[in-house]
Amino acid sequence: MITPLASDARATAPLARRNPVAKLAAALIFALPLVSTLDPLTPALGLAIELALLPLFGVRYGELARRAWPLLLAAGGILVTMVLFAADRTGTVLVDAGPIEITTGVLLGALGLVLRVFAVALPGIIVFATTDPTDLADALVQNAKAPPRFAIGALAAFRLLPLLGLQWQALTLARRARGLDAGRNPVAKLRLFASTAFALLVGALRRGGRLATAMDARGFDAGTPRTYARRQIFRPADWTLVAGAALLSAAALAASVVTGMFRPVIG
Amino acid sequence: MSEVVLRGFGWRHAGRRAWAVREVDLRIAHGERVLLLGPSGAGKSTLLAALAGLLPDDSGESAGGAEIDGLEPRKAREHVGLLFQDPQTQLVMARSGDDVAFGPENRGVPGKDIWARVSDALDRVGFPYPITRPTSALSGGEAQRLALAGVLALRPGLLLLDEPTANLDPDGAALIRRALTQAVDRDTTMILVEHRVAEALPLVDRVIVLEPGGGVRADGPPAAIFAELGDQLAAEGVWVPGRPLPQHKAVLPPGASLVRAEHATFQHRLRPVSLEAHEASILAVTGPNGAGKSTLALLLGGLLRPTSGTIWAAPGGEPWTWRARDLASRIGSVFQDPEHQFITSRVRDELAGSRVDELLSRLRLSHLADANPYTLSGGEARRLSVATALARAPRLLILDEPTFGQDRRTWIELAALFASLRDEGHGIVAVTHDADFVSSLSDRTFVLSRGRA
Repeated sequence: MITPLASDARATAPLARRNPVAKLAAALIFALPLVSTLDPLTPALGLAIELALLPLFGVRYGELARRAWPLLLAAGGILVTMVLFAADRTGTVLVDAGPIEITTGVLLGALGLVLRVFAVALPGIIVFATTDPTDLADALVQNAKAPPRFAIGALAAFRLLPLLGLQWQALTLARRARGLDAGRNPVAKLRLFASTAFALLVGALRRGGRLATAMDARGFDAGTPRTYARRQIFRPADWTLVAGAALLSAAALAASVVTGMFRPVIG
Repeated sequence: MSEVVLRGFGWRHAGRRAWAVREVDLRIAHGERVLLLGPSGAGKSTLLAALAGLLPDDSGESAGGAEIDGLEPRKAREHVGLLFQDPQTQLVMARSGDDVAFGPENRGVPGKDIWARVSDALDRVGFPYPITRPTSALSGGEAQRLALAGVLALRPGLLLLDEPTANLDPDGAALIRRALTQAVDRDTTMILVEHRVAEALPLVDRVIVLEPGGGVRADGPPAAIFAELGDQLAAEGVWVPGRPLPQHKAVLPPGASLVRAEHATFQHRLRPVSLEAHEASILAVTGPNGAGKSTLALLLGGLLRPTSGTIWAAPGGEPWTWRARDLASRIGSVFQDPEHQFITSRVRDELAGSRVDELLSRLRLSHLADANPYTLSGGEARRLSVATALARAPRLLILDEPTFGQDRRTWIELAALFASLRDEGHGIVAVTHDADFVSSLSDRTFVLSRGRA
């Protein structure tokens, strides 16, 4: 489950307090250039910078690990796939087991990819771990001129998410009460899962419709320009954060070019 | 500060043959407080939606005219506030204060004025928490009070209330009525739709009864309306005050034991409970919110495994260990929300088995055999959910709030049904906060007290 509410310690951390749009922009500006090269050095530098800056966001390393663990699954998947199927079989042969041949080239390529996954995903995780969703929606509307229909609408839908867990439990129990269970049969399990998921979807659509009507009744998206009860201000410090992200990203790329490791994705 | 005028007003939803409301002529003056009544299907909710300007032209066909302060409803939306039944699908924001501010923001109220409005609206409804209180931490009654504050923050001249207490337990409903008494001043015109007339009467000074086929059946002060039409309205399902309900106590002594809980607990939701239910007997389980009534129902129904203690059920064993098929033929569970229990797209298919037609006719659903269960009215859906629990002929029935939110006519039908099942030898355990259910039907009452395991 997503647990976005920032703690008090975090609210005082110098970078966590920055405007949500600035944090989001900085994350994108920092992470995207890292994708432009296939070498392992650039993402490794990026990752090092991210981990070094983490305390400024008031996020503890243990918490980051807890939030980022699904990435480990992706990393494992990449490793297996690369080892089995990568076309690049250059370098010294390390393991030769019939059809599977593991070379230094394969491992280096896999390492680069795994590091890229982490380097690109962590900034996003840090932003969402330190940003209240309401503040994000406010800033998107006020500072990034996102349509309120989208930003506030998504926020309202977000509030209904925890209900889905309760609904799922109730639907599952109700199916057992009706005499439906799958036992150990995997096909029956899949069918039961599909029918429960469908019922959940139907319920979610109905609730979503009711919420939309209620928002409509309170004048949402009626053509009157919205005002803001909560101001989000884009300060010079926010610009500094964005510029800093661009600089650090450029530095990581430059280091890669200077050391001759740079391998552009295109060309 | 609003006046409502309807001249031959009607509305037909796109794709429907029948008019939802028709030929309504009304004039409601500034500051009047109206209770809008009518049997289910008379178009009360449609009328409120129309007045709130929530029926787009392309969603149906209109007839006659409706005016609020001389404007057609879609142009008068700034004058109107509408409170719905379900608090869960009315709250928009994560923090209470932000939610109240949502409406004023939409209406373009200057940012610096909004918070004064927010605290004023929260004061008027007696909201007891700071504005940072997460909306997810509110009880049903508190959430509905917040939703009311969100509507009042718009300073509507016309306040529309569509069964605002129907989804709330008695305490939550009382909370909302108190908030309404405090909050609605003489400058606000109010139209309230509510089945529970006795509770609504102190809030209103005029009653309007809609006729299902169209038009207005009656209109006047409450005393006159109920003296003249009380019996008819009660027969149609309105909870007219002072009309006794039929009594259905058991005439036979209880039979063999069907389910027994011994010091059963579940996580932190239920403290140790020991009770027993028998054939030919109705056991009502009551208690405050948070005491774990629904959890107890799930335990007795073999749907949850007790954290400690045991649940034993006839013919012998712990019901949570049974295969679903066996469970359904021994214990039938009826959930609070009927829709959770529907698994097909046809009423007839829900009851697949040997007793379809018998069950359909017994629960007066024969004419709906081919309808989609999700399209049924509240009362019909409740009857169908009881029928699904009966489909495999279990001896024991576990009911969670079986009479919740029903109109009087459906209530009486359900009570007669449960009584006849009991008299045939079924054992029934009903978790309920409906005092009428307890006094009319239950043979024994078990009071669950609040407290942690």
